Amino acid sequence: MGDKQGMTAKVTVEDVERVAELANLELKPEETPAMLRDLNAILEYVAELNELDTSGVTPLAQVSELVGGLLDGSGKSQLRADQTLPSLDRATVMAQAPETDQVFFKVPKVIER
Amino acid sequence: MSSEAKSAENYVEMPKNLAELRAGIVAGTTKAADLASSYYERIEKINPRLNVYLSLTRERALAQAARVDEMAAKGDPLPPLAGIPMGIKDVLVMQGSPSTAGSKILEGYCPPYDATPVSKLEAAGAVLLGKLNCDEFAMGSSNENSAYGPVRNPVDTERVPGGSSGGSAAAVAANLAVATLGSDTGGSIRQPASFCGVVGVLPTYGRVSRYGLIAYASSLDRVGPLAANVRDAATLLGVIAGHDPKDATSSTAPVPDYAAESDKPLKEPGKAGLRIGVPAEYFAEGLDAEVRAKIEAGIHALQAAGCTVKPVSLPHTRYAIPTYYLVATAEASANLARFDGVRYGYRSPASETLSDMYRHSRDEGFGAEVKRRILLGTYALSAGYYDAYYLKAQQVRRLLAEEFLRAFAEVDAIVTPTSPVPPFKLGEKTGDPLAMYLADIYTVTANLAGICGVSVPCGATKAGLPVGMQILAAHLNEAAAFRVARAVEAAGL
Repeated sequence: MGDKQGMTAKVTVEDVERVAELANLELKPEETPAMLRDLNAILEYVAELNELDTSGVTPLAQVSELVGGLLDGSGKSQLRADQTLPSLDRATVMAQAPETDQVFFKVPKVIER
Repeated sequence: MSSEAKSAENYVEMPKNLAELRAGIVAGTTKAADLASSYYERIEKINPRLNVYLSLTRERALAQAARVDEMAAKGDPLPPLAGIPMGIKDVLVMQGSPSTAGSKILEGYCPPYDATPVSKLEAAGAVLLGKLNCDEFAMGSSNENSAYGPVRNPVDTERVPGGSSGGSAAAVAANLAVATLGSDTGGSIRQPASFCGVVGVLPTYGRVSRYGLIAYASSLDRVGPLAANVRDAATLLGVIAGHDPKDATSSTAPVPDYAAESDKPLKEPGKAGLRIGVPAEYFAEGLDAEVRAKIEAGIHALQAAGCTVKPVSLPHTRYAIPTYYLVATAEASANLARFDGVRYGYRSPASETLSDMYRHSRDEGFGAEVKRRILLGTYALSAGYYDAYYLKAQQVRRLLAEEFLRAFAEVDAIVTPTSPVPPFKLGEKTGDPLAMYLADIYTVTANLAGICGVSVPCGATKAGLPVGMQILAAHLNEAAAFRVARAVEAAGL
């Protein structure tokens, strides 16, 4: 990670397939060319950020610090005490599952036996 | 809209305001149950033309209306939204009702709990009519990315209502709800509000709980109201704002009486008028001439109402779209990993292995734009590219946020067009994702900086297409944005 290469990369079919695999997406063969074209157009556009010298700028991942401490100006933690509270009951949750034995979610086999 | 054929395709009807409706409920001259039924009748008649509602929550709405009528009959004090018919964008969950986020992957999902903004509205007496169409997972600027078909703009059915909260804006403009909730990650409340000629509010990051909002990009997502007028929008924000123990990013700052704040004039006696900043960067190349003229007329009206108007500089504006589309897609790629066909929603039939099941479910369940954004975000976060894309975007995000903080040291509000163009035609931009992204050029900055804003109607083009003015204010200073919006509204442009 982080070998400092700039935004000059041109995405290839192999890149799209690799990224799709990372994202657990399976593109149909007919989807790939359009995706390749769009990704390259977008990446070419976002490369405008290269014009800016951002050395020494601390990345801003989340804006709560700008709103004032943890959002109330006091800097006090918003996190509640770590205590067990009731959660949804199993039957309610399992009612939404595509496949279940009412105790567990059922999925196709993970490994060959 | 000069021809008769086209005017037949106009469904605009502005809802009555909250105060008037509430007075009828309190006096007993209007029954909440009758009001709800009249809305359902109108929905039945007009929804097939506009595709605004994806599902109706009739049973729940009528039970709530009956409760309100019972309270009114007994002479009990009524809550602020007693009997008010509202619609909810389908990215907010309602217990036991379909919640699709406009996606096929959530087909059939009936969540086991209510989103906090939903339960707050109901506690305040609102009657929730149903779930509103939107771009899939709130990704889009035209509502054309919904798996359930596009919403049509009530002003002109050949045109888009904006997105992603297209259903939420169109519902208000066509009086299919008195007010609605939407969500805004890069402009998704403000831009459709502008396109449909209604008021839309982007609250400060943390002002409204996101518990129960189906997440798109968590450092940017907000929930906010859309309404026919500014005062009602302010009232609604007051109802849904506030700390929620179930959302650690929600603010504990006290909630002002936004409606009362919005009543204050721009220049109070003995005080200087509000200071309005106008950033040249938002009036540059690409801005439609008619939109520009309307916004300039709005600025003159603010001056006439006692504001001082001065230029402000936001030089990083041109980097906002690239920054936004890197940050938002990176976060989306992580947030949407949860849709895997295991616990809820769509599962592709007949997969041999778990890994195949994930892939097939996601491939069949997600639409093209969602896949595009997941791929872009995954790419930006992947080994070798993280620093160049994601980290770089976060650094530019700080520069963008800091220049807003500097500007708000000098002005109380910043005014801009909400969208560079009036509502465009269906299909006009669907072939070119980048052109669609550029429609968000004036709205993404506020999401990146965490600040608040309002889009308020500011006249129409010669063809009758609505123009919206965006009023931005500093963190937790929604009151200033509402005051300015009230003045623009009062100018009647």
